[in-house]
Amino acid sequence: MMSTNPELEAQIDQWRGYVQRRRAISAGDVEEMEDHLREQVTDLTSTGLDDDEAFLVSVKRMGNLDEVSREFAREHSDRLWKQLVLVPDEPDAGAKPWRELGVVLALALGAGAAVKIGTELFADELVVLRNIGLLVLPFLAGYFAWKRKLTWRVGAALLVPFALLAVVLNVYPFDPDGSTLFLAASHSIVALWALISVAYAGGRWRSDARRMDYVRFTGELAIYFVLIALGGGVLIGLTLGTLGLVGVDFEPVLESWILPFCVPGALIVAAWLVEAKQNVVENIAPVLTRVFTPLTIVMLLVFLGVFATTGGLLDVDRELLILMDMVLVLVLCLLLYSISARDSLAPPGLFDVLQLVLVVAALAVDTVTLSAMLTRIAEFGFSANKVAALGLNLVLLVHLAWSAWLSVEFLRGKRPFGPVERWQTRYLPAYAVWALVVVVIFPPVFAFA
Amino acid sequence: MHIDKDLVAASATPLVLGILADGESYGYAIVKRVNELSGGRMQWTDGMLYPLLHRLERFGYVEASWGTSDAGRRRKHYAITQAGRETLADRQQQWSVVADALKQVWQDAQRPPAVAEGWA
Repeated sequence: MMSTNPELEAQIDQWRGYVQRRRAISAGDVEEMEDHLREQVTDLTSTGLDDDEAFLVSVKRMGNLDEVSREFAREHSDRLWKQLVLVPDEPDAGAKPWRELGVVLALALGAGAAVKIGTELFADELVVLRNIGLLVLPFLAGYFAWKRKLTWRVGAALLVPFALLAVVLNVYPFDPDGSTLFLAASHSIVALWALISVAYAGGRWRSDARRMDYVRFTGELAIYFVLIALGGGVLIGLTLGTLGLVGVDFEPVLESWILPFCVPGALIVAAWLVEAKQNVVENIAPVLTRVFTPLTIVMLLVFLGVFATTGGLLDVDRELLILMDMVLVLVLCLLLYSISARDSLAPPGLFDVLQLVLVVAALAVDTVTLSAMLTRIAEFGFSANKVAALGLNLVLLVHLAWSAWLSVEFLRGKRPFGPVERWQTRYLPAYAVWALVVVVIFPPVFAFA
Repeated sequence: MHIDKDLVAASATPLVLGILADGESYGYAIVKRVNELSGGRMQWTDGMLYPLLHRLERFGYVEASWGTSDAGRRRKHYAITQAGRETLADRQQQWSVVADALKQVWQDAQRPPAVAEGWA
């Protein structure tokens, strides 16, 4: 008989919560024990105890949760290792477990085919490279459109900017040796990535939580893609070596079939893996930030020391700006991914201080180089590359400087952690806007050179 | 009466297998049956039954299947297997040897020391 007493239900809910937190006790076990608990409560109440007493006695009889959980762990030590189940044994209502795998493989194959057809159609490699994002990323967006059951309206809203980007990249009369072409092509990837975030969020792109999920997804995707690439590299190396010994030239097949299909396919498969693992396996990116935050601080301090002892930056060039952009991006990633994994209710700790030191050191290094750069630009004038690098630098600078300020307030106990976190997700569209500016406005302004 | 922990642990497997030999059952009913059989004197820590049942399942002594309770909740039922019955028979023999030996010891101990002296 199901109890209708809300108070008892709340108590059982709370108990279930405690049990579920034990990693050695699986969901099925919790269900089994809850059934036990309810039976016991029902039996005890029928002997005259009230619900409260019956619940207390039943929980007491269930035993000390630590001991019970230890016993479960002894029987199921494997459960202490999180297991990734890609194809569930017990499908949710109606969904066929293999369908997702089928969709993923079809999309991966589609992405590969798009690249292959692109290389066959356009003899010019540059044209393919310029369009690579447009060829591959729609399949990733397609996966999320399928997975999130996107409405047609959102789908159409995604197609319009996509088409716009395609037109700009292919219709603008770019100078093939100019830098605006390269800038537009590389920034178009960022713009496309922002578009995919809408598909990822199932159309709810304004939600801070979904944006943070997308940030987590991006980090994990990068790591999984690299891991798959490493594994693929080993297999390719072994195949090349073995077939080479037999006297078969594997390289033409590798270049014209395996790479065009496997690299884009790996991206889709990696996205699927990240989706499948999200609850089960700990995110790797935040773990890496713990390792690299102190190391990066040391690197930045070395930079500052070198700048101070060599007395200024005489021979600075746009490469230095680009390097500084990369430093800031690295610092931003370290910041973003440790925030993504931080419990926003936890009090300030040592790592928060370290992070602030990191951001301040990065800002100091950037200020030194930026001032040197600006004097140089004042002397030699602007170019598309310099302005693009400078703009990105400023966008990053604003992001980091305001993060640093919010962190200071948080560490001094004047603000909770929430605003620090929200600032990160609220600011992200600035990157998409800047990327769009570089793709759409830069080429005409700089005469497509 | 408090029964020693080790004794409870040692007797748990044959008790559970014995109860399941009467027909398939589920966790709470098994605990209840143990209470009845011992007249309420053997109190198990209920939560410990489940890891034990899983262990027996892993050894292949019992088979588990999900069913539904009268109240409509999902419930896991356990049934004894052939291997389980063989183990039960084996355990039964072991326990009867132990019980026989203990019985004799108790009988010997009940004799007054004076009688023992008389033999000397």
